Amino acid sequence: MFNKHAIILLVLFSLAGCGYNDLQYKDEITTSKWAEVLNQYQRRADLIPNLVNVVKGYAGHEKDVLLGVTETRAKVGSLQASPELVNDEAAFKKFIAAQGEMTSAISRLLVVAEQYPQLKADGMFRDLQAQLEGTENRITVARNRYIEAVQDYNVIVRSFPSNLTANVFGLKTKPNFTVENEKEIAQPPKVDFGAPAAPAPKQ
Amino acid sequence: MMSISNNAPDALAKRSGTQKLFITDTLRYGLGLFLLLFVAVVFADVKVPELSRRVTDLTGTLTAAQINSIEQSLAAFEAKKGSQIAVLMLTTTQPETIEQFSIRVANAWKIGRKSIDDGVIFIIAKTDRKMRLEVGYGLEGAIPDAIAKRVIEETITPYFKNNDYAGGIDAGIKQLIKLIDGEALPTPTTGTDASSSFITISIFGLFVFSTFLSPIISTLLGSYRTIGVFVLSIGAGLAGVLWLSIPFGTAILIAVLIFFLLIFDRPSVGGSNYTDFGSGSRSDSGSSWGGGGGDFGGGGASGSW
Repeated sequence: MFNKHAIILLVLFSLAGCGYNDLQYKDEITTSKWAEVLNQYQRRADLIPNLVNVVKGYAGHEKDVLLGVTETRAKVGSLQASPELVNDEAAFKKFIAAQGEMTSAISRLLVVAEQYPQLKADGMFRDLQAQLEGTENRITVARNRYIEAVQDYNVIVRSFPSNLTANVFGLKTKPNFTVENEKEIAQPPKVDFGAPAAPAPKQ
Repeated sequence: MMSISNNAPDALAKRSGTQKLFITDTLRYGLGLFLLLFVAVVFADVKVPELSRRVTDLTGTLTAAQINSIEQSLAAFEAKKGSQIAVLMLTTTQPETIEQFSIRVANAWKIGRKSIDDGVIFIIAKTDRKMRLEVGYGLEGAIPDAIAKRVIEETITPYFKNNDYAGGIDAGIKQLIKLIDGEALPTPTTGTDASSSFITISIFGLFVFSTFLSPIISTLLGSYRTIGVFVLSIGAGLAGVLWLSIPFGTAILIAVLIFFLLIFDRPSVGGSNYTDFGSGSRSDSGSSWGGGGGDFGGGGASGSW
């Protein structure tokens, strides 16, 4: 009778030794960090309709920019933002790209808003701007924490002997964030003194 | 680099005598250059200052009396409401933005109570002319970003524009206290939060493990029990080092513990020898002050003056 117990315990302990528990633990951490990233992206998406409405009141004829924001928001909304996204690299990249487009659409809108002093003085707009800034910052923080969690997890998945366990249980490395505008950064910025400053180029 | 060229003739002269010296010199300079690589990295970001009191002024702008009066109101508020507020004034956060720096400070200081996360950090970068209110998770309802921005722009900025830093900080903090006061938060307690450490768990596990094993060993080994137990404890220690990657000293300690447990233990003894080694307690009395373990998620607002 005791032998049976001992064997169960031994198996449990050897599983603990081979990194199984560690893998599960780190996997769960990446999931929760990812959920926080999604949460903050959602928060940003929720702010968009209000922002668009306020800007419309003062700068209704800036249709391009306003449409750009609503379109990217619709695109982001159509993508399934589930926690399982982290296990599907292609879907993950698509989702991140869509969010990146929304980031640049929002910043274009804010650049345009700079040209309307009345809009800038509007209390509602200022509050929304503060909330957007805060949310962007939260997204950055959440992304950084996710990056660290994934790094932690991926190291365990790849290092010996836990890689064997990961292999047996089909646990793969998770995709991580990269810089969104890799190509843009690689090119030196163009400074043109001839023409007045144009809004940021469309992606 | 200078010292290398100066010492090179010396080293050459000595080479005929002792080749060894030349090699050690090369090694030393090589190592020095190698370490320089890390120096550059270390100086890249502003270090998060040590937290020892509620108001940390690294610029020497505030007088001792001003610091004391701000600290007193913060301490009184913490005693009454439980929320922690910290102020950090420094010259610059370059090359980082104030947001990047402030989240690092927040992660390091952990202002606010654990899992209530009701901390606020007010960071002022004087030469950058930038400030930020970093709001803990639990206060994002009481101080939304828009409100934090208004506190910065409408309450604090006018003072800072007149170079009245103490006045600005004081007015800002009064505003924050009012905002937090309106929020229903758990009443302050002076209890300790027990956090069980990994070692406690593993030792507890080994106690159970050994009580299970000891009858088996008795029956299997019979009269050779002592030797068997000795081998097993060494094995357990080694396993601890290799599998659980615990420090070597701890492994020896555990091996010794197992040895004595298996030698003297009888199956009747349950696994109730649980001792809590890792309970951390926070004391707010005394001069040193620290964060209570609050978490931050990047909420708050920044501004410049």
